[in-house]
Amino acid sequence: MISRRSFCKKSLLIAGGLAVPLAALELFDPKRLLAEKEDGNKVRWVFLVDTHKCVGCGFCVKGCKTENEVPYDANVTRTWVERYAVTKDGKTHIDSPKGARDGFETTKFDIGEGKFEDVKNEDIDKAFFVPKLCNQCDNPPCVQVCPVGATYQTADGVVLVDRTWCIGCGYCIMGCPYGVRFFHPVYHVAEKCNFCYHRISKGMKTECVDACAFGARRIGNIKDPNDPVTKIIMTERVNVLKEEYGTKPQVFYLGLTKEVR
Amino acid sequence: MVHGEAWTLKEFFTYPNEYIYWTIQIVMYPFMTGLVAGAFVLSSLYHVFGVKELKGIARFSLVFSFALLPVAMLPLMLHLQQPQRGIEVMMTPHFTSAIAAFGIVFSTYAMIVASELWFVYRKHFVESALALRSIPQRSLGQNLGHLLFSALTLGAMDISEHAIEADERAVKKLAGAGIPVACFLHGYAGFIFGSVKANALWMTPLMPVIFICSAVVSGIALCILVYTVTMEIRKFLAARKKANYPELPSPEELKSAEVHVVTMTAKYLLMFMVAAITLELLDLIFRGYTAVKSWDILRAVIYERDFVNIFVVQYGLGNLLPFIMFLIPGVTIRRAVVGSCLVLMGVFMMRWNVVIGGQAFSSSLAGFMHYKMPIIPDSVETFKEGLFGALTVAVVPFCIFYVLNKVMPVFKETH
Repeated sequence: MISRRSFCKKSLLIAGGLAVPLAALELFDPKRLLAEKEDGNKVRWVFLVDTHKCVGCGFCVKGCKTENEVPYDANVTRTWVERYAVTKDGKTHIDSPKGARDGFETTKFDIGEGKFEDVKNEDIDKAFFVPKLCNQCDNPPCVQVCPVGATYQTADGVVLVDRTWCIGCGYCIMGCPYGVRFFHPVYHVAEKCNFCYHRISKGMKTECVDACAFGARRIGNIKDPNDPVTKIIMTERVNVLKEEYGTKPQVFYLGLTKEVR
Repeated sequence: MVHGEAWTLKEFFTYPNEYIYWTIQIVMYPFMTGLVAGAFVLSSLYHVFGVKELKGIARFSLVFSFALLPVAMLPLMLHLQQPQRGIEVMMTPHFTSAIAAFGIVFSTYAMIVASELWFVYRKHFVESALALRSIPQRSLGQNLGHLLFSALTLGAMDISEHAIEADERAVKKLAGAGIPVACFLHGYAGFIFGSVKANALWMTPLMPVIFICSAVVSGIALCILVYTVTMEIRKFLAARKKANYPELPSPEELKSAEVHVVTMTAKYLLMFMVAAITLELLDLIFRGYTAVKSWDILRAVIYERDFVNIFVVQYGLGNLLPFIMFLIPGVTIRRAVVGSCLVLMGVFMMRWNVVIGGQAFSSSLAGFMHYKMPIIPDSVETFKEGLFGALTVAVVPFCIFYVLNKVMPVFKETH
């Protein structure tokens, strides 16, 4: 009969012996081979926002809510437009009532809880609009912090949420410095802008790009040197939001100034 | 209604999707795990470091730590939007996330506490099982008790001196292994917050250490509190039963033992409190001194909006006042109880000021949010994330402790 001691010894030996040839399997990881061969894939979706062209009509927000079935009256949205006014006293006034779903219907600034602040035209030094959406970061903190892997990044750079797997802990919402995530009021799981993945993967543009009558929003493939969006990003002075967080955001802005949050 | 909208008040510019997503339950989570870890560390001071003075409270705090354990998970389950999927954290952990380690850390710790308890109470289980076995005509209750205790012995019926000594050695080893795991369990709760780079208030490497120190403080305070309360009940019962059973300890004997234990425990409370406050103040001073981009809004939150919560309730009433109360010589039971209550409140407010305070400002750094805690629930959501949800979480450990005490009596001399 085999003794306990020799059983333990032998099983350790077998396990160790098996581990040596098994380690070699890593060499043939097909994903890695593909990545080494040609950077993996030919598409990396990026977004370009020209703030000079945005007029704050909010058609993009309206279109997005309808297209992506985010309840129209719920106070959450995948994309929104912010209004900025810098006054002569150096103050920056910012608002985005209902995410600018209905545009900006009054010159007064929404300061929350139904209160408005009057900003006089003659006091304003500069004013502009900034559309916001998910930055589809190259180093997405939301993907990093998801405890169950329900949110993930596709090979072409878009961060998606698996509605059947999300536990609704809200860690990703906390982890996003841009505030683009929220709980879907119907599905009760994390929700975010996904560059209309169902559209772009079929060769269409995102809904917000199609809805913008002024060409302020554009989507492109940064891996394609002939893509007009890529050309602008490579040749003009573009900026990104909150670079200091190390998230490597992939939504590029033309005409971004220091006041933008 | 969007999740969070019911209790969030927004002021100035906040992003449209920002709400207070982490509410009272996430305040309860680190508070409860802190109590678990603290109670365990207190019991380990006796088992590992042989601090004899803590013998009276060591077994008590170990059982109480075990009673608190399932409750550390309860607030997390209550705050999930999909609680039925909570098990996924154990099944498909995504290890780049701090939360994913929860299942492993938590179950490791639970196993350590459970096995330590088993070694501590094995003699009691065997004796109870044998005593019940010797009764010829057992009632249904006695039969169930016999079954339970026989099962709890796991077939190890040897209670010779040699075997009991081996048990004690095992307890010491397990308690020793438990300390780092308990600290890890809680330090990692601090890491969950400290590693959120998007949140200016949370992000600091000091967070896990601050959490551990305040955890031990709160654990000790709760043990002092519950210990004194149970001792008072025992004194009351002892006075009543003394006439019939003269061999029971008299109320006077109980009282002197109680004062001794409380005085000794209070010393350890003070030591950990100094460490906790030092670290918290260091963090605050460092933020003010370095004054990075987010400091403007943090200053507005810390010194203006949450001033009363942070400096009056947390530091003043929750730290400074009990600190003085415990330092004045000749600690009485009453003073220790009041002091422990204040310490517990102080640690709770610290959790509140971290969790709710960390969401009191927008990540745009241009607006504020205020958490209006739902008192009277009008839906499941406002129940879970309101006062009554928190009270449920606070009451459950005492119910579990009551049941556990029936099986593992904390005051019976088993060795």
